[in-house]
Formats: sequence, structure tokens, C-alpha cells
Amino acid sequence: MTAMQDILPDLPCDAEGPIFAEPWQAQAFAMTVALHKAGLFTWPEWADALSHAIKHAQAEGDPDHGDTYYHHWLRALESLIIAKCVADEALLHALRDAWDRAADATPHGQPIVLENDPQRAFV
Amino acid sequence: MDGVEKAAQPVHPPSMTHHDHDNDHHDHGHGHHHDHDREHSELSEVALRVRALETILTQKGLVDAAALDAIVETYETKIGPRNGARVVARAWADPAYLARLRDNATAAIAELGYGGRQGEHMQIVENTPDTHNMVVCTLCSCYPWPVLGLPPVWYKSAPYRSRAVIDPRGVLKDFGVTLPETMRIRVWDSTAEMRYLVLPMRPAGTEGWSEEQLAHLVTRDSMIGTGLPLTPGASA
Repeated sequence: MTAMQDILPDLPCDAEGPIFAEPWQAQAFAMTVALHKAGLFTWPEWADALSHAIKHAQAEGDPDHGDTYYHHWLRALESLIIAKCVADEALLHALRDAWDRAADATPHGQPIVLENDPQRAFV
Repeated sequence: MDGVEKAAQPVHPPSMTHHDHDNDHHDHGHGHHHDHDREHSELSEVALRVRALETILTQKGLVDAAALDAIVETYETKIGPRNGARVVARAWADPAYLARLRDNATAAIAELGYGGRQGEHMQIVENTPDTHNMVVCTLCSCYPWPVLGLPPVWYKSAPYRSRAVIDPRGVLKDFGVTLPETMRIRVWDSTAEMRYLVLPMRPAGTEGWSEEQLAHLVTRDSMIGTGLPLTPGASA
């Protein structure tokens, strides 16, 4: 019935394929699990943030068919990081831009590291 | 692929949308369009935001790269619906285990080595000849990770989350499951505190089967309630 299950019976994946479609989804997932373990938030707090992010996305017109799930997840994580005063929006924004410049300055095929940001000053 | 198209337009917080990635490469002045510029790397908008989070969390000592890798590996290779299938098969084969599972599902599941995150408060809901059970999370995507892994895409979708409650019979039909009109359908709404695992009925014709054989009949969907276990003929 599920080819993948027949070929790799020990892997827990299902007919829908890999658990994470892209690496960033896995990273966002793992950060949430790690932060919960570190006690930054409770799971009900997380579920509340995620539910809020989903409603927000729906209000913005996301048909929410499950394929944007990790976008909601990421947004929920950002909102909790800000709510818990780990970082403010400006810092997240500045770091996002720094990574963008770093990627831009990294030759294709080489690992992208933040040190490649030509304007690296605040890290 | 519809999903890929949608993923290319992530739902960013409004404050982050001003940064149009397509414009990033227009200042290089080499006279070629960025689409043809393959000399440097690029990260998607969401990947950039994830890296920003990881940077700040690492600097603050809240996460480290090795621990994140270990979490991802665990969920990609060790946790999934085969775990739940072993629980169900044991319950089918061992009445004493079934009694413990009814009494304290969290503890009984832990006997098989499955537990932890999102499995702290488990309850089994048993299908009977009169009642079929189905699990949903109407608010987000609460799901019993230790026994089923991470939820499938449809479980996280708005149509399933809303329709499972309003029209469970119609949802089952979409999944190819038609139940007798007389059978009652109970829908269980998961929460951050309580997770449900459907215990399907043991298929007929499996008398004397080993737990391992039985486990092969247990599908993920049969433990969510959107499917039924395979029958001996279908699996052999």
C-alpha cells in the first residue's frame, strides 16, 4: 500500500513522504522542542501561540490547507520569543537582514555563515 | 505542485514583508538580471527568519546546534506510527496489557518504551461494533507524537479540523471509509493536555497471530480514526 513503508519498514515516515519538507521546517520544529525543554514556555502556551498564528494567517487569506503549517509554526515561535523578551522584533529583523547579506556574499555551493555578512558589526 | 507555489509566498509578519528578496541583487551593476545570477547563495524568506532565531537563541545559550540535530534525527528516524501500531497489536494480543492501557494509557505505552513530549497524558478510545472514534485538534494540531510521530498534512489543515466535528461521516467517506448508519461516531478534540489514540477493532481472521504480524495490519489512519486496520488478505 505504501511503497516507502515496504522499502524502508523501519523508518517511521508514511505515505506522504518525509516529515519535514525543507530543512528550515526541521530547524523551527527542533528549536521549539528545545525551548520547551529548557522551560522557556509551557506546552499549553505553545499551543495557544500556534493556534493564534493559524487564526491570524486565515484572517490574512491563507486557505490553511496544511501546507503552510510550518509558516504558522515559525510565526508562533517568533511571537513567543518576543513575548518572553528573549529578543525584540528589531533584533530579529536585524539578524534576518544580516543573514540575507551573508547569503548574498557567499559563493554558491559554500556554507552560508553569518561571518560572511560584510556589515557584520552587532554580533 | 500547488503546495510549492504557496510555500513561495510565506505568511510573514507584516513588518517583515517590506524586504523584497527579488530586489536584493539589483545593485550589483553587472548588467544581468538576478534570475541568471548563480554566483552567490540565497536563502528563502522563512529560512532567513529561522536562521535569525537560531542565532539569537544560540547566543543566549538556549539552544545548541548539536541538540537541534539530535531532535530532528529522533523525529525523522525513531518516532512514528509504527510505535503506535505496536501498542495496538499488544493490546489486541494481551488482555492484561489492554486492561493497563484502559486504566492508564500513558504508563502502559511507556512500558513499550514510548513516551515523552506530547505523550504525557494519553487516553485510548476504543472502537466497538457500535462506536467508531475519530481524533482531531480543532484549534491547532495537538497529536500524540510518541506513538504516531508528527501529524500528516491533512490533519493540520483547516478543512479537516473543522469538518471532522461538523460532518465526521462525510470526512470518513473522503477517506474511503463507509460505516453502517447505525454506528455511532465519536469525535475527540485533542488539547495541549490530553491526547487520544484510537484503538481499532482487531480484524477477523487473525486468531493466533503474533504481535508482530498484527502490528502490520495497524495503519496510522486507523489510530486517528480516519481509517480501519488492514484485513489479513490485504496485508499478507
